[in-house]
Amino acid sequence: MRRLRPEQIRELVLVLIIILTILFFGTQIENYYNARFFNRVSTSVAIIAVIAVGQTLVVLTRNIDLSVGSIVGFTAYFVGQQLANNNEIAPMVAVLMCIGLGAVMGAFNGLLVSYGRVPAIIVTLGTLALYRTILVEYSDAQTVLTANLPAWLLDLPRANIFSLNGLDLRVLVGGMLLVVLIFHLILRYLPFGRRIYAIGSNPEAARVAGFPSQRIVFLAFVLCGALAGLAGFMFLARFGNITVVAGLGLELASVAAVVVGGVNIFGGSGTVIGALLGAILINLLENSLIRWLAISEFWRDALLGLLILLAVAVDSVIMSRLRDLWAHRALEEDAQDRFEIESEESGYVS
Amino acid sequence: MSHEERIPRRILDRLKSWEGFLLIILVAIILVNSLQSPAYLSVQNQINLFILSIEKIIVVLVMTYIIINAEIDLSVASMMGLAACTLAWLFEQGIPIPMALAISLLVGVLGGAFNGFWIAWVGLPSLVVTLAMLIGYRGLARVLLEDRSIGGFPDWFDTLGQEAIVGPFPLALIIFVMLVVLAVVILQYSGFGRYVYVIGNNRDVARYSGVRVQRVKMIIFVASGATAALAGLLFAARLGSVRGDMGLGFELDIITMVLLGGVSIFGGSGSIYGVLLAILIILNLRNGMSLVNVTGHVQTGVIGVLLILSVLVPNIAQNIREALSRRRAVTTASSD
Repeated sequence: MRRLRPEQIRELVLVLIIILTILFFGTQIENYYNARFFNRVSTSVAIIAVIAVGQTLVVLTRNIDLSVGSIVGFTAYFVGQQLANNNEIAPMVAVLMCIGLGAVMGAFNGLLVSYGRVPAIIVTLGTLALYRTILVEYSDAQTVLTANLPAWLLDLPRANIFSLNGLDLRVLVGGMLLVVLIFHLILRYLPFGRRIYAIGSNPEAARVAGFPSQRIVFLAFVLCGALAGLAGFMFLARFGNITVVAGLGLELASVAAVVVGGVNIFGGSGTVIGALLGAILINLLENSLIRWLAISEFWRDALLGLLILLAVAVDSVIMSRLRDLWAHRALEEDAQDRFEIESEESGYVS
Repeated sequence: MSHEERIPRRILDRLKSWEGFLLIILVAIILVNSLQSPAYLSVQNQINLFILSIEKIIVVLVMTYIIINAEIDLSVASMMGLAACTLAWLFEQGIPIPMALAISLLVGVLGGAFNGFWIAWVGLPSLVVTLAMLIGYRGLARVLLEDRSIGGFPDWFDTLGQEAIVGPFPLALIIFVMLVVLAVVILQYSGFGRYVYVIGNNRDVARYSGVRVQRVKMIIFVASGATAALAGLLFAARLGSVRGDMGLGFELDIITMVLLGGVSIFGGSGSIYGVLLAILIILNLRNGMSLVNVTGHVQTGVIGVLLILSVLVPNIAQNIREALSRRRAVTTASSD
């Protein structure tokens, strides 16, 4: 029988917490289980989860990307403006423009981090300010207005893949799930994915083993930027009106999702599924707390901060125990095997 | 080599160090600024330049300790907001200002101790703890004031930050100078300062050498919370009114100044002198850009670039130096 790995237990616990949260608020809030609530939460999860997937890639390599919020803002604004000026641009081209733009900004980060050997937190703190500045200068204090955007874009957030009793699977949500699935498979099965984990858990060993560490870290940043660009497109589709402060603070929200989702901030462990679950839990709490009449809207952030802390604390205490136990068992089994082999070799049969 | 020859060489080494580099940049900035605007060198402008960022540069001093200790505190700006909002809320409830000031400072101490507890004793990464509290303390500040703006403090409080009390110097600046002296003495000349470096270099070695790592970390985070609260109160005094979003995003500016000062983000190295030079550079640069009408957003962008360059340039220089010495080694080997 295959035993559950600690990460899988971690994810199961998260799912359990999410279910308990839903059940709890179901008893507290009247008419909690309605389709509109589901649709709202799922759409806002979609944007943050796409960013969180990119953030996961970067955090797994022991780095961090604090510039994602600015990348989302810039791509949403830039492509929004192009679409407003020229309604003829094909949907696919707009999406690719966003992704390409994000990838270029991510590449700039990655170049400095992996080839310039500047710590990621410094680079991305710098580009957080820099990309936002470029946006502010470029925009000239103008706003992208919903009225000027093409119709297909405005319909997109309400477009469904399928609908069941008013529970919609929105296109944006479907796209997000696809992104999560693709990156889950990449991280799990492709050499590139496994190397990301290897670099994150021990950069020195990865280098000695001959992995092209620089290239992999660089790629992680490019992908993170590209995903932030994609999120920028989703942001544009969802909100329509884009100002220069679009996406402000998303960098912290994505780090929060990743951390609550059980991705180790020091790299090497965690999954994109975990990051998705983290994003779901945070958004669910946010949206439920607002509707929970006992609590004013202003308590939301205060509680949210505490919950993130609690999630991480519980995680660190329980997970380190579990990991010890797991490693201990593996050692014991190993010793057992060796003992059996030795016994066979020396002629004793137990 | 005789003793006399070594002294100028030591000065030369100093100048080649990061601090020397910063000093040259600072002198260049001051020269350019004073050529561009005659108002720049006036005493009033020089004092203003400090006063306009006084709440940030006070926190920079403690942040230096934290980063040298291989930790980070992202919650300082939120704590500034929380302390200011506590003050305003208490004032609104009719509590006299001196009492409210003391309670607000206490909030800072408690907040810092809360961070320190999770980081030093539970052993969670400070990046995560203070990120959570960046959201949490800001949230509490909003709980207190919701979306109101509270002003109308007594006059003596409003003038606290700006009115000159000794010569041309206002109280906030005097507090800053005193804190600078304190920070320099403790970090560079005391046992506690050595502990801060040792822990930042290698926590395990420090622990096995008998340094009480947890206590040192706890003290630093409490100091950080208290200083951030003090800075928030001075900020409130300067602005004359308080809102829930006060100081939003200041943590990035603060960390930028520390890193530009040559403190390694991985801890264990850097000095407070470098940070002081970085403070002067950023203040003078911003001031100079304001004098020639560069907007605040562009200023932030320029400082972002500066931050990246401050690490990138030494890295590239080191690469070149290594390549040169390798080539020199090859040529000497072949000439032998």
